[in-house]
This record gives sequence, structure tokens and C-alpha cells, in this order.
Amino acid sequence: MAQALINVPAKARRGEIIEIKSLISHVMETGYRRSDSGDLIPRDIINTFVCTYNDDVVFRAELFPAIAANPFISFFTVATESGVITLSWTDDKGATEVRTAKITVE
Amino acid sequence: MTAAMMRRLLWSGAPGLLAGLVAAAVVRAGDIAPADKRSDYSLMSRDTQAMQDDDLANPGMLFVLDGEMLWSRKDGAENRSCADCHGDAAASMKGVAARYPAYEATLARPIDLEQRINSCRANHQGATPFAWESKELLALAAFVARQSRGVAIAEPADEKLEPFIRAGREMFERRQGQLDLSCSQCHDDNWGRRLAAAVIPQGHPTGYPLYRLEWQNLGSLQRRLRNCMFGMRAEPYAYGAPEQVELELYLMWRARGLATDSPAVRP
Amino acid sequence: MDEGRHPATTRRRFLTGAGRLIGGLGAVQLVAIRPGGATPDSMAAAIRRVVGAADVRDGKVSIEAPPLVENGNSVSITVAVDSPMTPADHVRGIFIFNEKNPQSNVANFRFGPRAGRAGVSTRIRLADTQKVVAIAELSDGSFWSASVDLIVTVAACVEGT
Repeated sequence: MAQALINVPAKARRGEIIEIKSLISHVMETGYRRSDSGDLIPRDIINTFVCTYNDDVVFRAELFPAIAANPFISFFTVATESGVITLSWTDDKGATEVRTAKITVE
Repeated sequence: MTAAMMRRLLWSGAPGLLAGLVAAAVVRAGDIAPADKRSDYSLMSRDTQAMQDDDLANPGMLFVLDGEMLWSRKDGAENRSCADCHGDAAASMKGVAARYPAYEATLARPIDLEQRINSCRANHQGATPFAWESKELLALAAFVARQSRGVAIAEPADEKLEPFIRAGREMFERRQGQLDLSCSQCHDDNWGRRLAAAVIPQGHPTGYPLYRLEWQNLGSLQRRLRNCMFGMRAEPYAYGAPEQVELELYLMWRARGLATDSPAVRP
Repeated sequence: MDEGRHPATTRRRFLTGAGRLIGGLGAVQLVAIRPGGATPDSMAAAIRRVVGAADVRDGKVSIEAPPLVENGNSVSITVAVDSPMTPADHVRGIFIFNEKNPQSNVANFRFGPRAGRAGVSTRIRLADTQKVVAIAELSDGSFWSASVDLIVTVAACVEGT
């Protein structure tokens, strides 16, 4: 399981704009680098990143090789209700990782 | 100062005085003045500093997390984890990275933190050592070094380290390679100026292992020293070579007093 | 705010239909292949795939990035769009492009009014000194853009091989 550092505030006031930060361990191999023998190293990147808040998608990203290794993405969402914020990302091999964080909204 | 007098001082339990003697024996005129000594962090761009400062945005912390897992993982023929002997790393490892390389009596020479981790694996876990620059070795070293964050790099107090510090200094000041360049010429004499567009730091290893943007990965001080020597068009020393550890030791002596800031971020 | 930051300063208009770029990129099309393999043409094509036939106007979008990049492997960039983010008036997407990497796209970010603030921060790779363009799509179907010129330097001591 790849390491990831996710920051979602545990508590927020209703209507408050909160920042969600994510840092994911991934080589983000561009597909343009060559190995010592001269062969192209195949592309292997996280290409999709989605944030859902309870059941609604609130943020979506499509990533290309120009995103740096160990991708860092930070964005905002409005704290509407208590529940679960889910971050999921999928790589070129089709593997998906999911992280969840509970949020209490008063 | 005869050997007998040194021994008497040692037995009298005056390690501070001894450390002063070691330091006095090695300081020389061309060194960076104490008032000018500053961490490489202070010469980085604001963006690089910001990346280091936020534990949730510092890619080195991903490796610290891996190291935390490895710390508790039982391994080897003894089926023992680091935690089984050392307990809570925050307590037992505080200050450790700040005083490595350290003298290892069985080898009669200094070893660095990565070598210590591997010797623990072999001697106390019955496990095979991790390869140099392997993900596991770097993660464990990062986790251990993280526990020393903020701790000042210690002045080597063991008099037995003195000849190795001298050997490291000699390498640091020697002109070498196709460019006939010494480490000292850039890092003692021209720090703060630019080489191409990059600022030359003083070259203090306060933050190792660190995330280097050039590597897009975490790496050790030994890897960085090999990069330096390649950049100077000199033959780099092999991983684990005695010269590497002597150079590490000299650099840590040279950085004494500066705070550890592992895992650092550098370009 | 801080030294080392500058807002988008470009004043550029994209003509529709013909797909030709005027202004700073020059009426003369530069076809020399730059390091990385991309050209301003391929960036223009990538932008057209997003905006279609619509006009792209200057304004509303700001890009924060260090003008002098310490290492092209990781450049911190923040794109923000001036918008009330209400259901009636919000940003639907932010699209980032580059001029000289092998591929013109950097990332596409999609939002709704639940974002609260139209902004995103990430780290990108830049193969060479080049222009980075950010385009915002609003809920009314309009497109707005900003660009920055970033200088990318090489590390002083690079690794062997």
C-alpha cells in the first residue's frame, strides 16, 4: 500500500471553506526517461484523482506526466455536513487507492 | 599534552574538556567563522523551504512513515523488531542521528547511521543487511533521524575519532579530479555565491537523509557525496568506503552546533 | 505579498477558428523543435481541445510560481480564479498547459460550487525555461486565461549517468 499524507480538518463550522491537502508516494514515471541501456522506461503515473464528500464528487483531477513525483495536490471544499471525505486515485495500471477521513461539521 | 595526561583527563570524567581538546586540535584558520556558520536551509529558495517546513507537504515524510512501520516490524532469525529493544523511538532515538558517525569499538573506526542500522540487523535481529540506498534502509534512517529534529549536531567527544576527522578534513581540502577542485574552495571560500544559477551552500549535512528534487527521491549523505565528486569530475568513493564515513564525520564535526532538520528538502 | 511571486502579466488574445496565435508568440510560427519535443503549436492544439471554438479572455486567473526555478523536477504552482463560486456563477474547471515539455497538458481540475474557492496547488515538472498557461472554464461557458514565464535552471552538481 503506497504511503500518503492526507490532511482533512477533523472539525469545521457549517459553511466554512476548508483546505484539503494530499501528498501521495508515487514515482510518476513520465515515459520519456531512458534507462542506462537506452530503453525507454514505460510511463507509470497516477492519472486520476477524485474527492467525494459523503456521496458527492466535489473535486476531480486528471493528471499528466508533467505532475511531479510524489504528487502534491491541495484544494478547497465547503464544510456542508458531518460525514466522510474520501480521496481516491487511480494509476496507469488501473490500481486504485482510497483514503477516508471523518469530518464533524457543527 | 602527553598521552598519560589525556588518559587522566578521560578517567576524571571530563568529556566536555576532552571534546574541547578534540575541537581545538582540528580547527584551522580557513574554516568558516562560527558567526557565519549557517544551515544550508537558510540559502534555499522560499518554495524549497516551504516544502520542508510542512510535514504534510514534505515528500521526505512519506519515507518517515515507511520507517515507522519498519521500526515495529519483526524481522530476521531472531524475529525481533527495532521496537523490541529500543521501545518508543521518539524517546530512545532522540539525539542519536545528531551524533553519528560514531566510533565503533569492534571495528576500531567510525560508522555512520546506515551502517549502525545494518549492524543492528545482523547482530541483534539475525537479519540480512539492507542494500545501500534501498527504500527500507533510507526509510529507517529517515525515521531515526527525524527523532533528532531540532537537536544540535554534537561535537564528537571521543578522542579516538580525531584521526578520522583529520582524514576527512584532508579529503575536503584536497584538490582532486579533472577540475583540480577541492570541496573547500566552493563550500568554505565561496558559499553564498552562485555556481551557474544555483546558490553554493556551506555544505552542512544537517538534514540527511533528505529529499533531493534532482533525485525525485530520498537519498543518503553518501549518495550526495558521490554526486559531488562526480560533479567535480573526480572518482566517487564506493558506498560504505572508509573514505565516505571519514568525510561524513568531518562534515558533521564541521557542522557542530547547527540543528538537525531531517528530513530536509534540497534542490 | 512575498518576493519571488508575480501575478499573470500577459496580455494575449487567441483567435478562434484559424488556430493561429498572435502577440508575444509571434505572427511568425516558430517550428524549431525545442528540447522536450513540444512546440507552441502543440500547446495551442491542446488548449483548443479544451476550449473548442470559444474565445479565451485575459483575466480572473492568477498563477503563483517562483520565476526562477531551483529544480525543474518539482515546481510549486498555485492557480486561483476570482469567482463567487455560487451555483449560478462558479468555476467548472482549471486546465494547466506548458509550452516545452514533451506533452502540453499538465493537469485538468474540475470543480463545482461546493468548492467554495476556485483554487488548486500542486507541483509540476518543467523540462526547460518556458511558459505555463492556466485556463479557467466558468459555469456560463466562458474561458479565461493567464500565463507565466518560468526560468528553469539545471542543478549545479548533477548525478552521474
